[in-house]
Amino acid sequence: MVTAAQIWEWVIKSLIIILVLTGGFAYVTLYERKVLARIQARVGPNRAGPFGLLQPVADGIKLIFKEELTPAGADKLLFTLAPVITVIPALVVTAVIPWGESVTLFGKTYTLYLTDVNVAILYIMAVTSISVYGIALAGWSSNNKYATLGGLRATAQMISYELALGLSFVGPILLTGSMSMLEIVRAQQKLWFIFLQPAGFVLFLAASLAEVNRAPFDMPEAEQELTAGYHAEYSGMKFALFFMAEYIKMIAVSMIGATLFLGGYLSPLTMLSGLPVIGWLFASGPHWLFLKVALWLFFMIWVRATLPRIRYDRLMQLGWKIMFPLGLVNVIVTAAVIVLAGG
Amino acid sequence: MNGLQVVFLLAALVSLFSAAMVVSARRMMHAALWLVLTLMGVAVIFVTLQSSFFAVVQVLVYVGAIAILIIFSVMLTRRVMEDHGDQILPGWRAAGLVAGLLFAIIVGFLALWQGFTTMLVELPADADNLLDLGQALVSPQGYALPFELASVLLVAALIGAITIAVDRKEDQHG
Amino acid sequence: MFEDYLPLLVILALAVLIGFIVVLLGVLFGPRRPTPRKMAPYESGMVPYGPGRRRMSVRYYLIAVLFILFDIEVVFVVSWAVVLRKLGTLGLLGMLVFLVVLEVAHLYAWKKGALEWD
Repeated sequence: MVTAAQIWEWVIKSLIIILVLTGGFAYVTLYERKVLARIQARVGPNRAGPFGLLQPVADGIKLIFKEELTPAGADKLLFTLAPVITVIPALVVTAVIPWGESVTLFGKTYTLYLTDVNVAILYIMAVTSISVYGIALAGWSSNNKYATLGGLRATAQMISYELALGLSFVGPILLTGSMSMLEIVRAQQKLWFIFLQPAGFVLFLAASLAEVNRAPFDMPEAEQELTAGYHAEYSGMKFALFFMAEYIKMIAVSMIGATLFLGGYLSPLTMLSGLPVIGWLFASGPHWLFLKVALWLFFMIWVRATLPRIRYDRLMQLGWKIMFPLGLVNVIVTAAVIVLAGG
Repeated sequence: MNGLQVVFLLAALVSLFSAAMVVSARRMMHAALWLVLTLMGVAVIFVTLQSSFFAVVQVLVYVGAIAILIIFSVMLTRRVMEDHGDQILPGWRAAGLVAGLLFAIIVGFLALWQGFTTMLVELPADADNLLDLGQALVSPQGYALPFELASVLLVAALIGAITIAVDRKEDQHG
Repeated sequence: MFEDYLPLLVILALAVLIGFIVVLLGVLFGPRRPTPRKMAPYESGMVPYGPGRRRMSVRYYLIAVLFILFDIEVVFVVSWAVVLRKLGTLGLLGMLVFLVVLEVAHLYAWKKGALEWD
């Protein structure tokens, strides 16, 4: 039976997850602008607060006071709902990711995860597949040619790469024998899965970039030919929601990737010694997860600064003709090795 | 009433209401979206039946794939993209009558059925329906043959879709 | 069992709430001075031409159908992967047959040009 204390614990944990994601979103935008600026030998935002640290706050306040337009001929209800539908999957997809084992506060032990379900990976796949809706609806409801085309393109791209993404999840499941994220992290105590699943890791990296419409797979919002793609007609806070969803999805795929392939919250030192490490800085904990996420995000920004955009027909062919078969081969080889090695 | 019943009742109400909206919504796009909500409600009902696997697969396959196909199909039809007038079946009264009769018959049979009052059996804590399912899929004593036949069914569906869609070259402005 | 999933409903409810609060913020604080010019669909500064929603290419429909088929394949592979260790060689062979049949379908679609964008 569920007690009130349990419900409060869930509410507080959910709020912490959502606050970390939205706060993370604000500072990932700054992080991206700073890193891009440095790569291009610029300084980046540095006026609002020390090192430009108040820039996200300034941006947020500006967007709140902006006028919101609803284009003539738009489906008003769907036009308003689309940004909300886009941000919901981004906020809930990381609910099954553990941040650590447990922590003792004021004499009570709390687990450092919201819930540990035995279908966690299928849950992530399901939520990812829903995130297509907001984008398709935003494009369709705007009554704008660019937006409709951008929404359609984004939808087709996301569903195509979902297959490769799903197949890249199979490697860690095969190695662990479970879909629970907690079990997957615990199975990496001795060796992170990136060393056992290098092909799966590369597949996940590429497919996740396409899934969140990041460069070099950001064709759906190609400025030069689609103005802004599916959110061309959005302004003010509705636009902010799309922006928020995009950056939270970046954080989410980094978290999922770090958990599946880089040992999640585990300290890298456990790989060397095989023993629990003492001292909170070196011991496993949420800070290791966040460090890995920060590095992963840096990589995504670096890719954006380096690689040119892929043409749309090439992009679809890459998904269907290279990544999907590659994912299948990876699954079969991994499975065969596991069966032949006797488990 | 415990939490389980509250969640079940809410999910059932949402899916019934949105199912009614699917057939009564004026615009086809809205009808398709109400269908998505119905399917989500069914997913929650699967969770209350302790069948988490079916819940996530319901979302993954029905909401994430089949409903997307339906939305794409709606975008393919010319009338809806232009939204001219209502799209109501001319013989909707007769259809309503038949549906009502069918519903009455089903309710009648359900009222006679004994299993209707059976309580939900709590699964033991160590039961993992996921493991059983995976084993049943490929073991010859289980569902190996239907599982392999499913792949043939999927191939047939793919060939049908390609026959319909590929050889037409005039629909190329998108 | 069921209690494991309630937290997911809790976070879903909170996420919905936050989405609507953000939209509401914009409605409450943003100005609203619509003019016909402003409300016109954006077409790079030109006067909008023709309907905004045109019929899309049938290619997208085909991609959606292909996605359904292979999505079901992925779901089967994922649920099989959990128990492979218990199933052993027989489980591997059972899945191989399934994958080979679907790979034939994939190659058929490839040969028929269903994966091309021209």
